[in-house]
Amino acid sequence: MIEARGLTKRYGDKVAVDDLSFTVQPGRVTGFLGPNGAGKSTTMRMILGLDAPTRGSVTVNGRPYRQHAAPLREVGALLEARSVHPGRSAYHHLLALAQTCGIRRSRVDEVIDAVGLRAVARRRAGGFSLGMGQRLGIAAAQLGDPHTVILDEPVNGLDTEGIRWIRSLLRGLAAEGKTVFVSSHLMNEMALTAQHLIVIGRGRLIADTGVEEFIAGAVRGAVRVRSTDPDALAALLRSRAAEVSRDRDSALTVSGLTTDQVGRAAGAAGITLLELTALQASLEEAFIDMTSDAVEFRAPNTAPAKG
Amino acid sequence: MIEPTAPALPAYRGDQRVTQVRVIRSEWTKLRTLPSSAWSLLAAAVLIVGFGALYSGVRVTRPPQDPAAIASFDPTAVSLSGLQLAQLAIGVLGALLITGEYATGMIRTSFAAVPHRLPVLWGKAIGYALAVLALSVPATFAAFLVGQSILSSEHLDTTLGQPGVARAVLGGALYLAAVGLLGLGLGALLRGTAAAVGALFGLLFAPQILVGFLPSTWSDHVYGYLPAPAGIAITNLRPDPTSLAPWTGFGVFCLYTAILLALAAWRLRRQDA
Repeated sequence: MIEARGLTKRYGDKVAVDDLSFTVQPGRVTGFLGPNGAGKSTTMRMILGLDAPTRGSVTVNGRPYRQHAAPLREVGALLEARSVHPGRSAYHHLLALAQTCGIRRSRVDEVIDAVGLRAVARRRAGGFSLGMGQRLGIAAAQLGDPHTVILDEPVNGLDTEGIRWIRSLLRGLAAEGKTVFVSSHLMNEMALTAQHLIVIGRGRLIADTGVEEFIAGAVRGAVRVRSTDPDALAALLRSRAAEVSRDRDSALTVSGLTTDQVGRAAGAAGITLLELTALQASLEEAFIDMTSDAVEFRAPNTAPAKG
Repeated sequence: MIEPTAPALPAYRGDQRVTQVRVIRSEWTKLRTLPSSAWSLLAAAVLIVGFGALYSGVRVTRPPQDPAAIASFDPTAVSLSGLQLAQLAIGVLGALLITGEYATGMIRTSFAAVPHRLPVLWGKAIGYALAVLALSVPATFAAFLVGQSILSSEHLDTTLGQPGVARAVLGGALYLAAVGLLGLGLGALLRGTAAAVGALFGLLFAPQILVGFLPSTWSDHVYGYLPAPAGIAITNLRPDPTSLAPWTGFGVFCLYTAILLALAAWRLRRQDA
């Protein structure tokens, strides 16, 4: 369990984290979401005692991280990519880390196997691809079999297979009852991985809610539907208080109804559907809308990109 | 969608408390597993023996002639002249042990694993001092023996049995270990490689130049207390009046090193990594 209370960090007159309070519960994956520069990495560094808060406090399992006698038993962390000396091999990096608290060599071999780095473990970490570097960081985070796992942007640089692996890994750790806290600037990724979300922008808390509620609240049921009779379907759906707009390819964009409701309505009316899609992109847009007031670096007069 | 399951990692139970001894072991692993630091240490050992042999050869071709030069000729110092070069390699490597971690981000991994931080600094200091001694004690004795065998062709040589000779040879190795710690202290204090190396060279060379501008009545009193002359006094067998007694001088040098390490420790605890 991670508890932040009034956590604030200033660098000079710039406020990186502003009066942030939240609790990360064990037993589920908590996504830490926010645009780049929102203060996610700074918050994670404060959790680990690397940066001292200007005000407020943060504890891990009831105590400030520094006060734990066995820190790697409490928290395993993947920090910003490349917190590794490039001249040292992956194996020796992990061995040196393990030795600080007497973790056995056999455990080093276990975590290397678990992340799939056996073949390259004796090579210089400096020659690793971004994805291999992330796997090394995840191996380090699991060395001490910690109660709490903190990962900063773990999917960066991973291929599709790697991303799926991370997802199942995180869910597995949460299912074992561990506290899992994962940052990302990608809403869609978090929607697939996390069960709970803490959303920040410009260092301030924007939302602290379940993923389902966040999506339900943020996305007004946008559904794309193509049918053999778009006019009749549009009229039918409007009669059910949905907002309907017609796209160029005669598809309809419907808001206010779920895919289930649209499909049942069409079926009941005998209209053949050719396509029925919940608009995932709108989730990303909802996130951008929500945090746009809080984005620090943005080109002037630019609408958020669709995608 | 089929999600591949990650191979299950077995649970790990066992004592996982951070202790100073464990951190020393970890820092020792870090030191020996960076090829660049291992090579630097070997290069320093080669410099001690090689340059000592070279300079001994030079002195054999130009032996001291007049009685004053013969009286002040110090065959031990000639054979240990490689220390002057080796100290640069040892000092720079000491700084790199920690500035290299700041430059690469490794320092965050180190401090997340040892959140009290100071055990990391002490671990580096103890591990590095032992590594330098393990290499430089054999190297200074080898340099002495090789140098004396070269000097013996002109009967300029001395032996370890002569008063103070063994202290000077062993002291050369102790001086190198202390210079390594000075570099480490500067690196931990300044965090950047360029700044730390600049400060190290400045500290070892600049004070002697600056003191040269003072009137000699003053400079004679001050000179012996400057870092490098104080530290190297432990290798002196023909001390001139401006230098401190061997162990006094070395003590003064260790005091400078201790002050820098204390300042580094203070900054390490107080500032963000």
